[in-house]
Amino acid sequence: MLLAAGPALAILPIQHWQAASGARVYFVENHDLQMLDVSVEFPAGSGYDRRAKSGVASMTQRLLTSGAEGMSEEDVARQLADIGAQLGGRFDADRAGLSVRTLSGEAERRRAIDILARSLRAPSFPVEVLNREKVRLVGSLKEADTKPDTIVSRTFYRLAYREHPYALRSSGEVESVGGITREDLLAFHRSHYGARYAVVALIGDVTRAQAEEIAEELTRGLPEAGGQEPELPPVDPLAQAATRTVPHHAAQAHILIGAPGVSRADSDYIALYVGNHVLGGGGFVSRITEEVRQKRGLAYSASSYFYPLQRKGPFVISMQTRSDQAGEALKVARATLATFVKDGPTAEELEAAKRNIVGGFPLRIDSNRKIHEYLALIGFYRLPLDYLEDFVRRVERVSAAEIRDAFRRHVAPARMVTVVVAGDSPKQVDAR
Amino acid sequence: MTSYKHLVLAALSLALSASPCLAATDTAEHKLGNGMRVIVKPDRRAPVAVMMLLYQVGSVDEVNGVTGVAHVLEHMMFKGTAATPAGEYSRAIAVAGGRDNAFTSNDYTGYFAVLQKSQLELALRLEADRMTNLTFSPEEFAKEIKVVMEERRLRTDDRPRSQVYEQLMATALTAHPYRRPIIGWMNDLENMRVDDARNFYRSWYTPNNATLIVVGDVEPEGVTALAEKYFGAIPSRELPERKPQDEPPQLGAKRVTVRAPAELPYVLMAFRTPALRDPERDWEPYALEMLAAVLDGSEAARLSRTLVREERIASSADASYDSIARGPGFFYLGAIPTPGRSAADVEQALRREMAKIVEEGVSEEELDRIKAQAVAAHVFQRDSMFFQARQIASLESVGISHRTLDLQLAKLREVTPEQVQEVARNYFRDDALTIATLDPQPLEGARRAKPSLPVRHAQ
Repeated sequence: MLLAAGPALAILPIQHWQAASGARVYFVENHDLQMLDVSVEFPAGSGYDRRAKSGVASMTQRLLTSGAEGMSEEDVARQLADIGAQLGGRFDADRAGLSVRTLSGEAERRRAIDILARSLRAPSFPVEVLNREKVRLVGSLKEADTKPDTIVSRTFYRLAYREHPYALRSSGEVESVGGITREDLLAFHRSHYGARYAVVALIGDVTRAQAEEIAEELTRGLPEAGGQEPELPPVDPLAQAATRTVPHHAAQAHILIGAPGVSRADSDYIALYVGNHVLGGGGFVSRITEEVRQKRGLAYSASSYFYPLQRKGPFVISMQTRSDQAGEALKVARATLATFVKDGPTAEELEAAKRNIVGGFPLRIDSNRKIHEYLALIGFYRLPLDYLEDFVRRVERVSAAEIRDAFRRHVAPARMVTVVVAGDSPKQVDAR
Repeated sequence: MTSYKHLVLAALSLALSASPCLAATDTAEHKLGNGMRVIVKPDRRAPVAVMMLLYQVGSVDEVNGVTGVAHVLEHMMFKGTAATPAGEYSRAIAVAGGRDNAFTSNDYTGYFAVLQKSQLELALRLEADRMTNLTFSPEEFAKEIKVVMEERRLRTDDRPRSQVYEQLMATALTAHPYRRPIIGWMNDLENMRVDDARNFYRSWYTPNNATLIVVGDVEPEGVTALAEKYFGAIPSRELPERKPQDEPPQLGAKRVTVRAPAELPYVLMAFRTPALRDPERDWEPYALEMLAAVLDGSEAARLSRTLVREERIASSADASYDSIARGPGFFYLGAIPTPGRSAADVEQALRREMAKIVEEGVSEEELDRIKAQAVAAHVFQRDSMFFQARQIASLESVGISHRTLDLQLAKLREVTPEQVQEVARNYFRDDALTIATLDPQPLEGARRAKPSLPVRHAQ
């Protein structure tokens, strides 16, 4: 390695330290715009839900800003609006948390941080708000259940992840949401929003000293969760293929093909990422788009992706096509995948993919928002501070053989989950 | 391949630049001899350039029978020229490390590429090539029109709330072409020919109808020179006459119902309003923007607070006003009832909130809050080069200079509570109103509508 991995040579001068509370802090100082982005995230995503109480994790995150320490829900909304701050949040299978984007002037900044800190450390989870949100959520879940994209995705995750919590619907089930109590939320907050698991990410117009102060304020007084950081169970590989067809009235069939794929920490991830860029992640120039859309006009959108998580996140091929063409689209996608897993990318394809990923690198960090996303990611998954430059370096080096081997290790075309939500011709749909 | 070390140095400029002198740089404007406009906004925060080529033509310029052709042409623009075969445009941009796409609106069509700054010339060369040399292969058209029909199924036909919007516009307007969906009616797509797209291209894709916008780490003189080099020799052509197609006065409230498989009803109301024409002298569009924000500018705004949180009538409720349009403006109010409440309940609640403003007005405090948000948003927006390019494009496409952005913010901050009440009184009237309602049908036994004709493909 010619380039040392020391922070002095990092593409992003990420400053990293641990707050007195134990929280991990990641900071990039940038004074170009008079604004600040801050987030605090925890291992508190839907993967930490229990099946019978599915939805507790999501409801906890959703109600964080419904009042705290004497502030009502209305106070939180009004005070943030008064300073023009924008509240955001994250909730996925692994992570949950809050973020705020604010002007960096002292008055605005202090107000925004104060509201964020109080919401995170002592949310009051009012029963009244909980009851209202349960009704709203059940309504939107039922609405979503009428839509083919929801049906196909729910069915896919159930089949691909079976007993694993990644199989759970992230916001909870219609049946489980009703049973969520205020005590559930308090308990989940106590056990999953601990200071020692917190990751604070900041970018913007503050000094190091100010950033340190902010990180202390945001994590001081968070629950002192003892013992081990909560862990997710490993994902079992699929033993065999599973295919489901769900009837639906929609004009288009929605199709997902995939299986558990790769975890964040897996050293094969880079090879899979580059390979998938050729297979279906590279937009108009990738094979699946070429075969399904460009050559045959079968779909508006046809693509594939890896979604790396703490444990093996899914590999997915996704497309929609007029119902009576589902069989043909499925056949094309499966053949494309099988060929790719067998042979890997061609030399030209690999070169083109590398040029796009490496040459496009500046586009990945051309705004505070994008850099903030990387800070939160690097922090949460404990990636090295030079993760981004290391990523580019490894992309440049990966070979076609490594990609082919990595695909063979992680993607088994003969053991895929296939879900088709479609109205017409189930016989065609089942065709291999 | 691009060298890695080079990139490291380039990327450093964003992460390390700590100089406060990066405040809003002025844009530069230039007009080529053939009438094409060039607008460059330097932004040196990252070694990146956003290129957007804007044609001032959209679905508003279509005629009956060929609705959707502006958007179909947008798709065909990726299907090759003599020098750049089908698919090569995107391949070349990708190999240069860029990403590209395009969009079609009522008023304009835009093509963009985002690249590291050293690759800007490539994007301009390709863009100039497809301004004049598009191939229109019948084989490519036959496939692409199918893709567009899939897009319509995905975005509209299988989405009940999109259908509500489509029906709302088709009902609200009688004469003005905003009544037609941008993606086109399915039957028009089924009967479209490659010549329809070619004719539209020949009529409207001329340098004198185009504006090049570049935002990024670039020198205005350099960009202008490149524009001159690649576009300068393309001759201008006279554009077809545009008829005003003014909408006749509305004579009373209009109502339309969409029955589609869904769980919850949905109500969407549209009031005809003015759009922004003269940023200096107009005041109503600014007051309407403030009105929309009073109702739905944040979580603290009236609709969320009253309808969703206090009364729990609505699961969600929103208000919006778009002041930027060549044709008529609209003020929208929408709501989804909570389970157990009806479309009529939320419609009544929305009307009551409107009446409250008409009768009692709004408070100074509410307006101050919105002004604080507008000021903050003005700063936040500068974090995205792409957003800045889009913003310039949308203003320029309707003939409003992007240089009035600061003026518009100042005008917004001058709006008084009395003005907000006055626009509410002027435009929250039944003879400016169209209401579309989603009447949810059970999924069981739902049959999708049969196509009106067998699907035929051109050639």
